[in-house]
Amino acid sequence: MATKKMALIATKGTLDMAYPPFILASTAAALGWDVQIFFTFYGLQLLRKDLDCIKISPLANPAMPMPVPMPVMVQMLPGMESMATMMMKNKMKSKGVASLQELRDICLESDVKFVACQMTVDLFEFETSEFIKDVEYGGAATFMKFAGESDVCLFI
Amino acid sequence: MEFNKEFDASGLSCPLPIVRTKKALADMTSGQVLRVVSTDPGSVCDMAAFAEQTGNTLLEHGSENNKFVFFLKKA
Repeated sequence: MATKKMALIATKGTLDMAYPPFILASTAAALGWDVQIFFTFYGLQLLRKDLDCIKISPLANPAMPMPVPMPVMVQMLPGMESMATMMMKNKMKSKGVASLQELRDICLESDVKFVACQMTVDLFEFETSEFIKDVEYGGAATFMKFAGESDVCLFI
Repeated sequence: MEFNKEFDASGLSCPLPIVRTKKALADMTSGQVLRVVSTDPGSVCDMAAFAEQTGNTLLEHGSENNKFVFFLKKA
């Protein structure tokens, strides 16, 4: 049986949207799949050595379950984002959900290939020294080469 | 059922029970049996899907003390 392949595009840098690419990639790798993630736009933040910058906000996430209903005016206040992030991380920990760091490490250990979009790195003037070292830099053509051979291809 | 190794995934959520089961199988030899215990209800479907896609055989699965128990035979 030929090795299956999965190509993912990770475009978001919020805590909730950071999970799907790492969960799918680590699982597919455990199933013996060959996996590549192309990180572009805000998804590039998931490549930082320090993932503490990945946060979640109830603002613009109206379906996010909250312990108490919170008016938008309150959600805008300084510190609310950090508080929501802390609450979410605590909840995840208590439910046995892996941390982003842990899932990313599993991906790297199981040979998931990380490709960073060079164009958005330049656009936002990111310092590649702030990214983990296990990253290749490329463009759309690099992604298309692998995506064209893949069995599953998702834009997240 | 007899088994060669046990992995307790109690308290872990998706995708850790599967990812770590794969890891637990890594140092076993073909034909050996791994017993996995999990509390994640999703792992019932996931373990079957894992076995089907990796060629390892899911010999038996059931529940014990409100936990899910699986026996996987390494391919």
